[in-house]
Amino acid sequence: MKKTVKLTVNGTTYERDVEPRTLLVHFLRDELGLTGTHIGCDTSQCGACTVSVNGQSLKSCTAFAVQLQGAEVMTIEGLAKEGELHPIQQGFWEMHGLQCGYCTPGMIMQSVQLLDRNPNPTEEEIRRGIEGNLCRCTGYQNIVKSIQWAAQHKNQGQTEIPEASAPKVDPQPIAPVP
Amino acid sequence: MIPGKFEYFAPTSVSEAIGLLGQYGSEAKILAGGQSLIPAMRFRLAQPEILVDINRIQGLEYVRETDDYLEIGALTRESAIEKSTIVQQRYPMLADTARVIADPLVRNMATIGGNLAHADPANDHPATILAYNARIVAEGPGGERIIPVDDFFIGIFETSLERDEILKEILIPSPPGGSGGAYLKIERKVGDYAVVGVAVQLTMEDGLFKSIRIGLTNVSSTPMRARAAEALLVGQTPEEALFDKAGRVAAAECEPWADLRGSEEYKRDLVRVVTKRAIRKAIERANGVL
Ligand SMILES: Cc1cc2nc3c(=O)[nH]c(=O)nc-3n(C[C@H](O)[C@H](O)[C@H](O)COP(=O)(O)OP(=O)(O)OC[C@H]3O[C@@H](n4cnc5c(N)ncnc54)[C@H](O)[C@@H]3O)c2cc1C
Ligand code: FES
Ligand code: FES
Repeated sequence: MKKTVKLTVNGTTYERDVEPRTLLVHFLRDELGLTGTHIGCDTSQCGACTVSVNGQSLKSCTAFAVQLQGAEVMTIEGLAKEGELHPIQQGFWEMHGLQCGYCTPGMIMQSVQLLDRNPNPTEEEIRRGIEGNLCRCTGYQNIVKSIQWAAQHKNQGQTEIPEASAPKVDPQPIAPVP
Repeated sequence: MIPGKFEYFAPTSVSEAIGLLGQYGSEAKILAGGQSLIPAMRFRLAQPEILVDINRIQGLEYVRETDDYLEIGALTRESAIEKSTIVQQRYPMLADTARVIADPLVRNMATIGGNLAHADPANDHPATILAYNARIVAEGPGGERIIPVDDFFIGIFETSLERDEILKEILIPSPPGGSGGAYLKIERKVGDYAVVGVAVQLTMEDGLFKSIRIGLTNVSSTPMRARAAEALLVGQTPEEALFDKAGRVAAAECEPWADLRGSEEYKRDLVRVVTKRAIRKAIERANGVL
C-alpha cells in the first residue's frame, strides 16, 4: 500500500504517494528528478548517494523515504546560491578535486557537514570525515586540498556559506517528473 | 537493489511498538538505524512483511551517568556516543568502539541498540559490552526485564530477546577506581568490519589484576569472551611474559574461520598479538593515561 511522503528538499516541499520500500535516493532521483545524487553501489559502502537530512549527512540509499516524513533534505542541487557556487564546490573547482565526477556530489555533501561541525579541520580530520565516501579516480589528495581551500576561504569571510539545514535556494529540478 | 514489499508502521510509544510486534509475530521487524537491516533487505536476505520503525519513539536516545551505571538509550546513534564527553573520559573503551564502527555517514544513523540486537559476530559493540559486563534492559508485553550480557548473545544473529521485546537500554556498570579498558580493531580498510577486534576491561588492585574481562570480535559465530585468558590473568602481577601467554590462550580458544579477511591461522595470530596490545593499553588507562 502506498504512503504519502512529504519532504522539503532544497527548500521546496514535495508530497508524493510512494511504496514504503522506496529508498530516499530513489525518491529524489525518480520522483523528484533530482539526479545529482548518485548511486554507486548496492552495499551501502560508497557514499555517492550522500545527502543532508535535518543537517546530518546520511547515505540516501540506506534510508526509506517514509522514515524521513517531514524532514528537511538538502542535495547537491541546493548548494549553489543564485548561480554562485558554494565555497566547497568552488574549492573542488579550484583544486581539481574531481576527475570523472561520479563521487563528487556525495563527497561535497559530506564536506558540507564536515565544515559545519568543524570549521578548521586538520588534514587528518578531513581524511577521517570523508571515510564513508569512496573515490575511484583522484587518490583523494586533491579532494583533501579542495576541502582545505573551502575551509580557508570560508573562514576568511570571502564567501558566505549557507546553513546546511536551512537552504534558501529555490531549486529547479533538472528533469521535473509529472 | 530494491527491497521486497512491506507494510510500514511508525509507533510513537514503546507499548504501541510492542503491541505491533505481538500482533504480527515473526513477520515483523524493528527498524532502528537501518544500517544493517536495509542492506540486508536490499539483498533480499531479509524480507520482513512488516516494519516497525522505532525512530519516532521519544526518549530512547541518551547517554547519562548515574551512581551505578552509564545508561545508554537503545536508539542512541554511534555519532553521539563517539562525541559524548562522559564516554570519552570515563568509558574510553566505548569511545574506542564507536569511533571504529563503519564511517561517519553510517554512524549518524546506526544505533547501539541495533548493533547489539543484530548480534552479528562482525559487529564491534558486542565484544565491548561483554567486556564491560553490561546489562541489557528489554521491554515486552509483561513489562521490563534485565538480561545479563553473558546471557544475551545465543547464536549467530540470535539474541535472547523475545519476538515481542524491544531492547530499550544498555547499563554499563561504573568502573571502580584502578580500572581501565581498551578496544583495538584490525580492519583491512577504513569502514570495514573487523578482521579481529579485542576488548579488554580490567581493574587493578595492589599491583595485581583484580578482575579482567576480554571480548572478541568476528572470531566466533556468537560474540564471545576469552574466558581462559581471563582466568589466567586474575590475581597475577602484570608482566610481559604473562600478556604473551594470555594472547596465546585467547588465540587458542577463539573459533575463527577462513574468509576474504584472512585464513584461520592469520586470524588466530592477530588475536594473539592484539590481545597483548589491548591488555597493555587497558593497564595504561587504569594508571591514568588516556
Ligand atoms: C557500510 C557499513 C559498514 C559497517 N561497518 C560496521 C563495523 O565496522 N562495525 C559494526 O559494528 N557495525 C558496522 N556496520 C553496521 C552498523 O553499525 C549497523 O548500524 C548496526 O549493526 C545495526 O544498527 P542499526 O541501528 O542500524 O539497526 P537496524 O539495521 O535498524 O536493525 C538491525 C537489527 O536489529 C533489530 N533491532 C534494532 N534495534 C532494536 C531494538 N531496539 N530492539 C530490538 N531489536 C532491534 C532489527 O530488527 C534488525 O533485526 C556497518 C554498516 C554499514 C552499512
Ligand atoms: S549508493 Fe553506495 S552508499 Fe549509497
Ligand atoms: S572523481 Fe571519479 S570517483 Fe571520484
